[in-house]
Amino acid sequence: MEKLLNWVDERFPLTATYKAHLSEYYAPKNFNFWYFFGSLALLVLVLQIVTGIFLTMHYKPDAELAFASVEYIMRDVDWGWLIRYLHSTGASAFFVVVYLHMFRGLLYGSYRQPRELIWIFGVIIYLVLMGEAFFGYLLPWGQMSYWGAQVIVNLFGAVPFIGQDLSLWIRGDYVVSDATLNRFFAFHVIAFPLVLLGLVAAHLVALHEVGSNNPDGVEIKKLKGEDGHPLDGIPFHPYYTVKDILGVVVFLIVFTAIVFFAPEMGGYFLEANNFIPADPFKTPEHIAPVWYFTPYYAILRAVPPMFGSQFPGVALMGVAVLIFFLLPWLDKSPVKSIRYRGPKFKIALTLFVIAFIGLGILGILPANVLYTWIARGLSVIYFAFFLLMPWYTRTDTYKPVPERVTDK
Amino acid sequence: MKMNVVSSAKNLLFMLLVVPVAAMASTAMHVDKAPVNVKDNESLQRGAAVFVNYCLTCHSANYMRYNRMQDFGLTEQQIKDNLLFAAEKPGETMKIAMRPKEAKQWFGATPPDLSVIARSRGADWLYTYLRSFYRDETRPTGWNNLVFDKVGMPHVLQELQGHLVPVWKTVKNEEGHEHRVIDHLTLAKPGKITQAEYDALVGDLVNYLVWMGEPAQTQRKTVGLAVLFFLGIFYLVAFYLKREFWKDVH
Repeated sequence: MEKLLNWVDERFPLTATYKAHLSEYYAPKNFNFWYFFGSLALLVLVLQIVTGIFLTMHYKPDAELAFASVEYIMRDVDWGWLIRYLHSTGASAFFVVVYLHMFRGLLYGSYRQPRELIWIFGVIIYLVLMGEAFFGYLLPWGQMSYWGAQVIVNLFGAVPFIGQDLSLWIRGDYVVSDATLNRFFAFHVIAFPLVLLGLVAAHLVALHEVGSNNPDGVEIKKLKGEDGHPLDGIPFHPYYTVKDILGVVVFLIVFTAIVFFAPEMGGYFLEANNFIPADPFKTPEHIAPVWYFTPYYAILRAVPPMFGSQFPGVALMGVAVLIFFLLPWLDKSPVKSIRYRGPKFKIALTLFVIAFIGLGILGILPANVLYTWIARGLSVIYFAFFLLMPWYTRTDTYKPVPERVTDK
Repeated sequence: MKMNVVSSAKNLLFMLLVVPVAAMASTAMHVDKAPVNVKDNESLQRGAAVFVNYCLTCHSANYMRYNRMQDFGLTEQQIKDNLLFAAEKPGETMKIAMRPKEAKQWFGATPPDLSVIARSRGADWLYTYLRSFYRDETRPTGWNNLVFDKVGMPHVLQELQGHLVPVWKTVKNEEGHEHRVIDHLTLAKPGKITQAEYDALVGDLVNYLVWMGEPAQTQRKTVGLAVLFFLGIFYLVAFYLKREFWKDVH
């Protein structure tokens, strides 16, 4: 066995890679609850790819056959219903863990120097994931698939001058049609997953280059023991592999409870209207995107048309996502972790969370005058969190950061 | 205006707390609770008989195979003898001979495929709908429905339920204008069975429709229990494994 390993190692850095990323990757020993979601996101990614492969074996990307092929999977394919529910629930679970993972970054300043690139790769992953989810949602070819895609592609039509041509180019037709379904299928099963995998690799390589942040925001590499390893660091394997297994089990308990006992999740994960085959001649009364897009949808609806164009709303929605890129440079605080930050940041982050969740809820509901005004207020808070950050992080009060991490 | 704000704020709170999105899409019309129990094989068998006798002439269930009914205790021979009117072999799906185009001419709309109708409409809505047909001479079919105004479908089960007619009442709207609305329905011409028997029959039919919407649902829950049991044990293993490894981390 050792001979074989030596043979491989002379030709490929197998042991070296294993050491660099697992057995001798030193991670801070004080990771808490919030640090489970990175490995969980990886788990869900693998789950989506594996279940996706099996779905692709039976699914038909054809406007005439798509809806029926999904029902065929649900009824006639052995364990097809399980594969499909794992995949549909996995889509929502992906966003749950990614949102919590991003929130962890906000809590402990994981985007700060020297981890800006990890953050940037992460935001791109988030963007690609949104695209991946959007393309995938069209494939069941139900009413919500169809009209959701119709609405979102039409948003591109609001871009001045090139908008109409742009949305035509995306659709491949004047309305969402078989051509659209075919190209969305291609994007969903090959183009975006490839990009996603590459970005995840880059995200991890960048992370392992600079080392993980931790709930204290202390750089553990500054203090090293006689063996040359960080005093507050422990090898990722076996310590965090066994800890992450525990996280995986707890996650799977919640996840499978939904898959087996509430796969529709009250209409949030699988919408009732999506059990009606797509009908280009019948617009549903109320079109709402899936829950993970609703905060941005609420921002879009909160902006009134200006000069007869929806573009300001569309642009603001885009900015709402892209603004995450600037975070490392907007934060001027001398400390990373919320533990040593002052009241201003804590209030700002609390308001941001309220605004994000509030917008998410409003994006699900049909709009009316009152809700629109609430959405406007919450949108202002959403953007104020970012735009006022240089001011409130500069003028905030801070506690001294300890030399070493404070808890286990 | 102030009242509106308060009441819409109340509505908002109410919707966030109790109403899932699925229910929000339907109108505010009151619906009755359907007696659904997909583990009740006898109810499913009765419902299946009603379905193939009354629904399966105009509505298809293109994704449902006859032989799947073995899941609720029928043998292939029983299916062949009693339920196979529109197909030759039990392995076929529940297709119908009527063409969508002709159906649209006759009813004004194509009767939808019913394979997953319970998943889009919900059991309670179906249960109420099938019990809310009333005589309305202004409609081409002579029938209207309380939860689906101007529906194209006639009352297919009228020989069983009999004829319901509306009892009107006069109400004032916010501006003080009076108009007539239906207060409730009353039986004008009895059918072959009593109203209680009819409710039970529709209950069985809706139960069958719910089952047909997802035939794997019973198996899904059984497997789910096994999976959660396994994960519960796995949790203990993972918990002690982690504790053992982390003993030396201080």
